Amino acid sequence: MGTKRHFRVWRGDDTGGSLEDFQVEVNEGEVVLDVIHRLQATQTPDLAVRWNCKAGKCGSCSMEINGKPRLGCMTRMSTFNETETVTVTPLRTFPVIRDLVTNVNFNYQKARELPAFAPPAGVAPGEYRMQQVDVERSQEFRKCIECFLCQNVCHVIRDHEENKHAFSGPRFFIRAAELDMHPLDARDDRKELAQAEQGLGYCNITKCCTEVCPEHIKITDNAIIPMKERVVDRRYDPVTWLGRKIFRRDQLDEQPVSASPKPAAAAADSGSNWHQEGPVPQEAPVGADGKLVVAELTLDRAAAGSPFGDDQVFPLPPEQLRYQHPSPPTGDGH
Amino acid sequence: MTNIERHTYDVVVIGAGGAGLRAAIEARLAGKKTAIISKSLFGKAHTVMAEGGAAAAMGNVNSKDNWQVHFRDTMRGGKFLNNFRMAELHAKEAPSRIWELETYGALFDRTKDGKISQRNFGGHEYPRLAHVGDRTGLELIRTLQQKIVSLQQEDFAEHGDYEARIRVFQECTITELFVEDGAVSGAFGYYRESGDFVLFESAAIVLATGGVGKSYKVTSNSWEYTGDGHALALRTGATLINMEFLQFHPTGMVWPPSVKGILVTESVRGDGGVLRNTEGKRFMFDYVPDVFRKQYAETEEEADRWYSDPDNNRRPPELLPRDEVARAINSEVKAGRGTKAGGVLLDIASRLPAEQIRKRLPSMYHQFKELADVDITAAPMEVGPTCHYVMGGIEVDADTTAAAVAGLFAAGEVSGGMHGSNRLGGNSLSDLLVFGKRAGEHAAAHAEKIGRRKPSAAAVEAAVDTALAPLARADAGENPYTLHHELQEIMGVLVGIIRRDGELRESITRLAELKERVKKVGVSGGRKYNPGWHLALDLRNMLVVSECTAKAALERTESRGGHTREDFPKMDPKWRKVNLVCSLDGEDVRLEHQPLPVMRPELQGLFEQTELAKYMTDEEL
Repeated sequence: MGTKRHFRVWRGDDTGGSLEDFQVEVNEGEVVLDVIHRLQATQTPDLAVRWNCKAGKCGSCSMEINGKPRLGCMTRMSTFNETETVTVTPLRTFPVIRDLVTNVNFNYQKARELPAFAPPAGVAPGEYRMQQVDVERSQEFRKCIECFLCQNVCHVIRDHEENKHAFSGPRFFIRAAELDMHPLDARDDRKELAQAEQGLGYCNITKCCTEVCPEHIKITDNAIIPMKERVVDRRYDPVTWLGRKIFRRDQLDEQPVSASPKPAAAAADSGSNWHQEGPVPQEAPVGADGKLVVAELTLDRAAAGSPFGDDQVFPLPPEQLRYQHPSPPTGDGH
Repeated sequence: MTNIERHTYDVVVIGAGGAGLRAAIEARLAGKKTAIISKSLFGKAHTVMAEGGAAAAMGNVNSKDNWQVHFRDTMRGGKFLNNFRMAELHAKEAPSRIWELETYGALFDRTKDGKISQRNFGGHEYPRLAHVGDRTGLELIRTLQQKIVSLQQEDFAEHGDYEARIRVFQECTITELFVEDGAVSGAFGYYRESGDFVLFESAAIVLATGGVGKSYKVTSNSWEYTGDGHALALRTGATLINMEFLQFHPTGMVWPPSVKGILVTESVRGDGGVLRNTEGKRFMFDYVPDVFRKQYAETEEEADRWYSDPDNNRRPPELLPRDEVARAINSEVKAGRGTKAGGVLLDIASRLPAEQIRKRLPSMYHQFKELADVDITAAPMEVGPTCHYVMGGIEVDADTTAAAVAGLFAAGEVSGGMHGSNRLGGNSLSDLLVFGKRAGEHAAAHAEKIGRRKPSAAAVEAAVDTALAPLARADAGENPYTLHHELQEIMGVLVGIIRRDGELRESITRLAELKERVKKVGVSGGRKYNPGWHLALDLRNMLVVSECTAKAALERTESRGGHTREDFPKMDPKWRKVNLVCSLDGEDVRLEHQPLPVMRPELQGLFEQTELAKYMTDEEL
């Protein structure tokens, strides 16, 4: 049936790691993810890999196979020679969590910074009317399965950690383009936002993102270049320039780019695990009017609220304590 | 001592597929502090696999369509075992839920006059499925995901914190729910990434965890579908209904192995694809059951005319409900007219020009080309039944989605009743929108009434011990992958698409043995992103849910919808009045009979008396 093939898989975590060699059975018609699963089932039960649909629809199993960013489920073993060593490593642009799993939070941060779809005023649900040709342009970008391979391959951030806070990456350029081309989106400053907030200017059109896109979205040609061109139009068009000089600000239809508050960039590029934050401070008690009670006299208890929460009764029952009294070492030593 | 991260939320939604996200949006819109817990990354849920569309009687393509017709189709599809009230609410509210998505930014395919286009689908009388090419599920998830981000942006503007009122806990698995004094008080789980434990204190929990397909060998479901919600609900004392009804999608790929189990959407058949056996015969004409005889074409010529003139011709039998198609394929394969891999041929290549196929089924074309080097425009596909969807699930109140335990709600695939014994294609995307919204709404109202609750320390300690047990046994225990493989064998072979008394009894014995071994499961490695440990913890869920399915399948001595008994091939009107209810009695599954709610007369009036006679007993009529 199957033949034995040579695999090299990166194993390790945020403290470091190395490539490990495996001889593993490969059968006809299998993909790289099938082989990773066989490794889990037969040799390395704790080999960490993200996956989900195994059908190229969810974009979970992004990895680098022989140095190329690919989906594990979409890389057929038949594309390699029988004798070829297959090397599997985690995405390089994002911090490693363990083995093939990386922390892709950067992308979720960037998604939040991009203003959402703005529904048109006065159009009731069910009354939206759009022509197929008009929605198709945005639909191309909505095919995106968020595998983040384009983000991973983009050289602006791949080896330049310092660019991460100013640059959203191809995934979010197509999101901006999608909203820009959405027939009913109420905002008309998407291009300017892409330039000012997303770092569109960093992109120098090497088309690496388009090349790795498993959905074959023409990221560069259909999203980035049109966005860049039209940004250039507006910024450098001599008539617009003259108009800006002659008319007052409120007479121009071009709205200034909104000064949206800069989100905390530090969190995005620190690579820390986002859920590992300290406890959230407890809210102060508010009165019936929703405002803070400023005078102790009107509070239902004396003095300030307890830092442990007002519903906590002391002393705590000993079996609930997270503290163990140090005792001299015994036979079973904890 | 173990460190546990603690959070307090008004509403905790477990599951971040369509139903979970829709519930969370509603709870947040109701002003409640909401947590979404997702086993995968945000936006990767199994909902992305839904290809065909979302059924909603908007009447955009055929103005004769309305909620009554949709209701009727749903009840027929479910063989009248549906909770009629759920089917009614679903048919009535689906259009609003779809239209709402457009205000979130969804871009459905359009009709010529600019409305949402609707397509034909198995079991639906009129073109009814709102769709985006064949990636409707992805559009739905992305739209809901982006709506949540937009709500977070609102919160950021107001509070300076994106997560002030709605937060996604991704790659986090819930292993235990806490119930005290008969009501929900919290949920406990671990982060997959770090293995650290996390506790959610909450009085309202929405289960939206999806299905159970990972207990089967050939399945279209991903690793997430381990029946977590079903099992969590059982352990809190809630009940499951209809667990014997699993939908085997008639057309999953059976060859080549890299795409085994992956669905070939029904729209391949809606757009002209036909099923043939290895003798080249278009066999579906031989398998039209009497109840459907009137609506389906009798000759190939009439069937072929239907694609261009649906008003004056009857539908091709390839568009029969899924279970009929699955059963037909199974019979053909058993009669020796199937392919080597155990499937039949689905041919669209010879029916439409290649260009048209690529345009109508782009991601289908793309997927098979990429995954397996199969060109669907050039050669027929090898397809066969694959486990796809579980109709059964948590027994809920139709209007509020409340389960039997106070504070517990369920929506989407994890809930039961809506689809009866068989789900129509396209009804699941609309189901999760309609009932996701209702779950969020009523969970928020419940939280408003109850306030916040807190599980006891002892219960939390017990949950920690259970979670750590497989690691303590390490290599001395049973290998989780081996146990999982054996479970899939048992379910696939003995509790599969065609069932028999002896095999079901054998499956129950073997599941009991397996249950003992699962108690001894051990894994090596640490807690940090350790898939072996994750599987070890999922196993007990899969096992208890499989036991429900096997026991209910043995009990129901008839064939109906997604449950086919070779020894009882006919539908029995007496069984139509009965729901089989599973609950947990210690460690074992207890099965009880429960009468079905009786349909209101005005709803019964939507059907012809002759049709009702096929399903109902004489005294009911």
